[in-house]
Amino acid sequence: MKKLSKTLRSTLSTYALIIIAFIVVQVLMGADLISNSLQGQLVPICAYVCLAVSLNLVVGISGELSLGHAGFMSVGAFTGVIVAACLARAGVEAELVLFVVSAVAGALVAGIVGLLVGIPVMRLRGDYLAIVTLAFGEIIKNLLNNFYIGVDNAGLHFSMQNSSSLGMEQGTIIVNGPQGAVGIDKISTFVGGVVLVLITVAVVLNLMHSRSGRAIMAVRDNRIAAESVGINVTKYRLMAFAVASALAGAAGVLYAMNYSTIIPSQFDFNTSILILVYVVLGGMGNIRGSIIAAAFLTVLPELLRAINDYRMLIYAVVLILVMVVPNLKAYQRLVDMVRVRILKRDAAEQAPAAAEGGEGHE
Amino acid sequence: MEILTNLINGMSLGSVYAIIALGYTMVYGIAKMLNFAHGDVIMVGAYICFCAISYLGLPAIAGVILSVVGCTVLGIVVERLAYKPLRDAPSLNVLITAIGVSYFLQNAALLIMGSDPKSFSSIISLPALRLFDGQLVISATTVLTIVVCVVIMVALTLFTTKTKMGKAMRACSEDRGAATLMGINVNSTISMVFAIGSGLAAIAGVLLCSAYPTLMPTTGSMPGIKAFTAAVLGGIGSIPGAALGGVLLGIIEIFARAYIGTQLADAVVFAVLIVMLLIKPAGLLGKNVSEKV
Repeated sequence: MKKLSKTLRSTLSTYALIIIAFIVVQVLMGADLISNSLQGQLVPICAYVCLAVSLNLVVGISGELSLGHAGFMSVGAFTGVIVAACLARAGVEAELVLFVVSAVAGALVAGIVGLLVGIPVMRLRGDYLAIVTLAFGEIIKNLLNNFYIGVDNAGLHFSMQNSSSLGMEQGTIIVNGPQGAVGIDKISTFVGGVVLVLITVAVVLNLMHSRSGRAIMAVRDNRIAAESVGINVTKYRLMAFAVASALAGAAGVLYAMNYSTIIPSQFDFNTSILILVYVVLGGMGNIRGSIIAAAFLTVLPELLRAINDYRMLIYAVVLILVMVVPNLKAYQRLVDMVRVRILKRDAAEQAPAAAEGGEGHE
Repeated sequence: MEILTNLINGMSLGSVYAIIALGYTMVYGIAKMLNFAHGDVIMVGAYICFCAISYLGLPAIAGVILSVVGCTVLGIVVERLAYKPLRDAPSLNVLITAIGVSYFLQNAALLIMGSDPKSFSSIISLPALRLFDGQLVISATTVLTIVVCVVIMVALTLFTTKTKMGKAMRACSEDRGAATLMGINVNSTISMVFAIGSGLAAIAGVLLCSAYPTLMPTTGSMPGIKAFTAAVLGGIGSIPGAALGGVLLGIIEIFARAYIGTQLADAVVFAVLIVMLLIKPAGLLGKNVSEKV
């Protein structure tokens, strides 16, 4: 009974965190306390939070290192842009409808691609799996660099040569190879972003706490033991991978619709790594941690704008220090000292306060 | 003749990949970490050589030596400061630290050298090799790259099989605990592997920029990823595997560029990797370790 309430409490506090953050930002915006550049970051922050949460499903909960998450993001982004352009041409004007339909389409296509990629990838393990996801991410980027898609009254046109070989009459080019998608309707809003974050978190948390989620975590903790109790290992690994890809696709749509132009090379290996950094810094398998890390690290370079030239250098140093410092002997001694103090103080109440680490909930 | 030219160019590019992949594979073999900053050490090496030649006016050979020494020191320092405290940490934390180091090196280079591409003048001023009445022209850089790669491979093989240090290295990568019990200083062995890997990366950087003369702070990242791919293709942890993987990858890339198109060359390279890994999940020369229950 107590365990259940603990899970529930942590789930509710995660939702509360998002909603409170949303309200705070709205109030600050109303009071005109947020700079323009930071306001421009609000939608990307939401997109990165979604991406971090979805990657956490693969890396933290399923325990597979994926280095190609940005690939699925770009599949979603470009699908969303194409769908939105087609709908807009067909006369759909309501921005909400456009956004929802393209986000769903982006998620679906990215999910399918994730499933197709996952089938061969899940045959491998460990670092080999990591390198293959990296390879798929690069392949997706390369292919998109060669996609030319346009729409005219006859329908969609597709080519892998150049934009003039599309054979269109008075159509509009939606995706123009390395130049990417241009003339996107900027229909992403902060509210839409927050809703997507809530949906993503709900999907991941519900999956985590379901029978399937427990199976996924069992496979992560001990594959052989899980197999021996009759868990279909491939199925559950694949499930986590495909769901995460679909969520990344939806986040990609959100991200793309915030800009008028997106190019395939934006979604490269470095973006995948960026998302992975959020997951690891936030704590593997800890959804709340991913949310906080993604939001904080997206804002950090903005906050460091005053020292413009050095900000990425400082970002790098922060990243190294966050990883290295907890492993330094001096730091560990300090923590132990503080821990002993707290234990002594709490000994009377017999509350094992020190046992509460930042390990998340499992 | 065209095929032969492509083959030789591929082998040359592949030799560069092989030299970089050696650094990846040795570090992985011994420290079980993916050193994502390795690609950026290439860039640092190329910049040191560039500065030594262009700004200090040193002869090319001095530039190369300076760059090797500089990168070796850099490798040791980075290992000591960033990776050593994480010896017993989960591998993902080490990976993120390596990414942090990679960002750091790139941005430090950006601050010091600026973002504009520098034109790296080839350090090799020998005339090109002409065969078959001038039908086959091979640049001196190409030949030298292949020769250097072969020399490094032979030297490294001798080092790992014949010397005490090399044997200690192999022992550490086989079983770190057992190696410690046999009196091998694991920490200094790991430092040495980083030193060798970084020194090789400097050579690779100079060779790479002699063939492709634009030098930018991001120059090292794509060759780094490709070399990492090559190391995995050959079976990560295996030194001959890295060489084989590197050369294969280089040849595939050049042929894909020539016959399929520049735009899709990278996609072809990575597709080949995926297919190879599906057939041989531990790489070409990797050992397939069976799991104990």
